[in-house]
Order: sequence, then structure tokens, then C-alpha cells
Amino acid sequence: MERKPSSLVYKGWCIFSKDLKSELRNRYAINALLMFAVTTLVAVNFAVGQFGLGEKLLAALFWIVVFFSALSGLAQTFIKEEETKTASTLKLVASPNSIYLGKLTFNIALLLTLEVVIVPLFFLLSNVGGANLLLFFAVLILASLGLAAATTLIAAIVSKAAVKGALFAALSFPILLPLLVTAIRGTELSFRGEVFMSGFSELKILFSYLVVMIAVSLMLFDFVWSE
Amino acid sequence: MPNFWKFLLLLLMSAVIIAVWVMEPPQNQLGEVSRLFYFHIPAAWVTVLAYFVAMRQSVLYLRRKELLYDVKASSAAELGTLFCILATITGSIFAKMTWGSFWNWDPRQTSILILLLIYGAYLALRSAVREPERKAALSSVYCIFAFPAAVFLVFVTPRVYQSLHPADSIIDASGRIQMPAPILVTFLASLVCFTLIFVWMHRLQTAIGRDLHREGKL
Amino acid sequence: MSTAQIKISRLSKSFDGRDVFADITEVVSQGECLVIGGPNGSGKTTLLRIMAGLLRAGEGSVEYFLGNSVIQGQGLKRKLSLVSQDLALYDELTALENLHFLSRIQDCHFSEEELVEKLSKFGLTDRGNDLVGSFSSGMKQRLKYLYALLKEPKFLLLDEPTANLDEEGVRLVDKIIKSQKRDGIVVLATNESSELNYGEKTLQLGL
Repeated sequence: MERKPSSLVYKGWCIFSKDLKSELRNRYAINALLMFAVTTLVAVNFAVGQFGLGEKLLAALFWIVVFFSALSGLAQTFIKEEETKTASTLKLVASPNSIYLGKLTFNIALLLTLEVVIVPLFFLLSNVGGANLLLFFAVLILASLGLAAATTLIAAIVSKAAVKGALFAALSFPILLPLLVTAIRGTELSFRGEVFMSGFSELKILFSYLVVMIAVSLMLFDFVWSE
Repeated sequence: MPNFWKFLLLLLMSAVIIAVWVMEPPQNQLGEVSRLFYFHIPAAWVTVLAYFVAMRQSVLYLRRKELLYDVKASSAAELGTLFCILATITGSIFAKMTWGSFWNWDPRQTSILILLLIYGAYLALRSAVREPERKAALSSVYCIFAFPAAVFLVFVTPRVYQSLHPADSIIDASGRIQMPAPILVTFLASLVCFTLIFVWMHRLQTAIGRDLHREGKL
Repeated sequence: MSTAQIKISRLSKSFDGRDVFADITEVVSQGECLVIGGPNGSGKTTLLRIMAGLLRAGEGSVEYFLGNSVIQGQGLKRKLSLVSQDLALYDELTALENLHFLSRIQDCHFSEEELVEKLSKFGLTDRGNDLVGSFSSGMKQRLKYLYALLKEPKFLLLDEPTANLDEEGVRLVDKIIKSQKRDGIVVLATNESSELNYGEKTLQLGL
């Protein structure tokens, strides 16, 4: 045996890889996400039919799909640990900060994987021509990181309560509302094909939201995680 | 609250209510409906005050882990919900009478709505956890966590939607309050009354909560 | 070899207004075993969880000493292991993956060969690449012991140590307890009257 002290980042990475390995074997969370997202997207497009939706509506639709899909799958990482009684095992060995970072990274990976599938499908079905892709992806990435950051702490809270699914939605919605509003606005601008700088203030808001959420989550996580 | 204060509050509140109805409506163009202003703004103010009280008590709970702080936090949140509902309803009535529809996504309306959602979520969280210490810890964390989000929303929405709120007719460009004396006095008196009512109800609620907890019923 | 010691002072815990236990005081020194007895539901598991740092005490404290200084926090975590029904390993990972993950996170690095060898010692030969979910409960318990001893803890906490184990497993536990007593301290919670013999000190809960 070799004792080698390692950093917080390394430990977070260990937790992330462990979750990734589990997920690749079971695919519980990603299946839930994809199922929800694809179904909703196809259903709406089917209902709307020939008539195109305006850029504003399309942006709203996109983010509603992402938001609700996230709600169906991002709490899994904590809920599963509680249900299979591995939470205590983890608590005995890892510091709260490393656990938060590991789970956050996992949720980000989950969300980005979802988007890799959803974004092409969305563009295919909605006929958005002339979009500013750079702006679109900038908004997408920043908002997704912010979404994961805000929901990871809430997922930890929910894993210790009853009625987990509905509670996750109820607790997340007020907190995510500013993110959603800004992301929708930024995406709308990108669909209109506006210049990148026109969305700059939205990007600024998304970035500061992300930073604030991670900072506050790190401060509060220990109180949720420790009994 | 000592009896002297209760009596004084009764007098003051009665005076306010009489003044509200006896005086001219504060905004002649808007008519009778503008009388709501004396109640709507204080209610909104108490909603925000209650949230800050809840947040402060939540921080104290997380630091010192005494359940009394949690009782104070949840009492404040429950009262805040009540006043928030009042503020939302009075605001919607005003909106309907003045601008034609109950809801307009005006930034102030949205802000009060998000507070209502946060309060609702907080209460839902509390009812989903049984053990008192866990309930206290989780709800304290949520109360604090929701604050930055609320701040973001309050600053984000005005960029997206124009404000319909008549604040501009009462507070002029230089920010000074342009209210004639009788209206100003009545308004401030109402504000004080609402605040005192909140403080009184909060103490009662906390005392009840503390007794219930002692008997092991919370 | 540093001397280990556990000091429990006036430890109390209550849930929902009901006292689980109150005012427990005990000192356990190097080479000793503390046995916690009591019927089901008397709070043995709760006491162990508090001692392991998984749960906060209501009142009082548990202090750990190595040499003459207090150890706590991450330093304590590296020297303390808990084996309990409430602590599961990851079913969807293999035995080796579990061991690698849980040890690396505590800054301990083992080679593959070292771990395979240890698996054999615990009666789990050639099961390293099998998912823990496919193990029987007896095998899972052995793996938990293996994991608990990997970091060579000074303090070993055991909750119902021989649950789910066959005769051979019980002998293994006996060996573990005796060896651990040589190097450190054992705290044992049990229903079995035969296991009371391990303890130099006893605590009875639920009276």
C-alpha cells in the first residue's frame, strides 16, 4: 500500500468516474432524460405541424424541454446513493466538497450528453435557419453549467426528503427561473441570427449566475450532507 | 407584546383604515381603486421583511444548531406567505382595474411571484421531512440558497419587460417622494402598522411553535 | 506504536423528543474491546453511527486519541472503519472497482496484485471482477471487512459482526477482532450473548 495525498479535484474526479461507470452500466438517469426530451420535442412538433413557431416560442420550447428533462434525471445521482445505502459509505471516506464537485461534474456530463442528442434533433424538427450558432452554443453551455450548479444542491436536499420527484421540481423552479428567462432570451437572439455581442449581457448574467450558484452551493452543501 | 403596544396598534390601525376611506383617493386619475395602495405596498414590504427575518434565523440555526432559530425562521416564512398572498391579490386587483388584466409580467409582479414560489417551496420541503433536525437543516439551507436566485430575478426581469407599475407617478425622477402630506402620513402609518402586526404575529407564532416543540409535537 | 484511546463523555441522543440513550460515559484504551449490548431498537446502531461521525450527538462528545493528541476530521476518518448493515458497497461495480475507488479517495493506493491477494485471504478468490450485486450477503459482508481493514485502522467499529456469516465467516471475524485488539481498539455492537466475551468493557443500552 502506498499513501499518496491527493487534491480535492482528484477526489472529485474519483467520485465522478465512479458515477460515470455506474451510469454506463445501468443508464437509469440518461434514459429518463432522453426519453422525456425526445418525446416532448416530437410531440410538440407534431402538434404544431406545418406552421413554424416564432423565434421566441422556439427558444422557450427548447429550454422547457431541457429544464423538465433535467428535473427528471439530475436528482438520480444523490437519490440512488441514499436508496442503496451507499451514502453513508461515501460520507465516511470523502469530504463534502469533493462529493459536491464530483456530483456536479456528473450532472454536467449528463446534461451535456442529453444536449448532444437534443440539439441536432431540435434543429432538424424546427427549421431554424440563419441562426447565430456561436451565440447559441455559448448560451447553451453557460446555461447548462448554471442549471447543473443550481440543481445539484437541491438534488442533495431532495434525496433526504420524501416525495422526491415533485419536490425536486417545486424547489428548483423558483431558483432556476432567472436562469431560464435569461437563457430563453439569449437563445431567441441567436435564433434571430443577431450579432454575438447583442447577447453579451445575457452571457454576463448566465456567467455570474453560474459562479454565484457554485459558490453558495459549496458553502451550504456540508449542512445538507452531514446529519 | 405588552398590552400598551397592542392598544396603541389598535388605535393606529383604526385611524389608518378610517383615513384610507374618508380621504380622497390618492390618485385621482385611477379612482377608488388607488386606495389599495395603502395596503398593497405595506403587504409587499412585510413579505420582503419576513423573508429577511427567515433568512437570518436560518443562518443562525446553521451556526448554532438550536431548534428555536428554526421555529423563528418557519414562523416568519409562514407569515411571509400570508402577506405575500395578500400582496399578490391586491396587486392583481389593482392591475385588472387599471391595466385591464390580472397578470402582466411587470417586474414587480414577477418579483412578488417568485417570493410566493420560494415560500411555497420552503413550506413544501418542510412538510416532506419528518425529523426535526433534518427538517430544520434542509429548510434553512433552502431559504438561504433561494436568496441569490431571487436577487437575480429582480434584476433580470426589468431588462426584459417594461414596468407598468405606477411608482413613477409617486416617486419622481430625483427619487424623492412626491406625496402630499396627508397621503404620506397615512401611508407611513399603514406601513408601521403592518410591520407591527407582523412582529406581533411572529412572536405569537414562535411561542406556539416553541411550546409545541417542547411537548415533542413539532 | 502510538496508543489509541476513545473517550465517550456524557453522550446523549434523542429522536422526536424520545431519548434513545442518555449520559453515556466510557473510556476504551488500546488493546481493549468495548461491547455494546441491548435488544433490537435500543440504539446500538445509532451509538456506533455517532462514534463514526455519521450522526451528530445530541449532547456530550466522543473523542479519539492517538498518542496523547486528539485526532478528528479527515485525520480520524483515515484511522477509523465502520462495518454495518447500513453501509453498503456499490452493487453495480466489481469488487476490485469498489476497493480501488474507496481506497483512492482516502489517499491509499494499492496495486491490483495486492488487492487480489487480499481477496483470497477473505475467501473471495477470483471474485475480483464480479459485480458486487451478484454476491451473496455473506460474501458482501466479507468484502466489507476486507475494505474496512485495507487502511489498517486504529479504531474498528462493528455493528452485528457475524450477521449473515457462516461458520467459516464467524471464525474470520474472530481472527479479525483478536488481531485488531493487538494494534488498536474494537467497538462491537451485538445481540449475540456469545460475543459479549470479546469485551473488556460492556455497555448495555435499552434499560
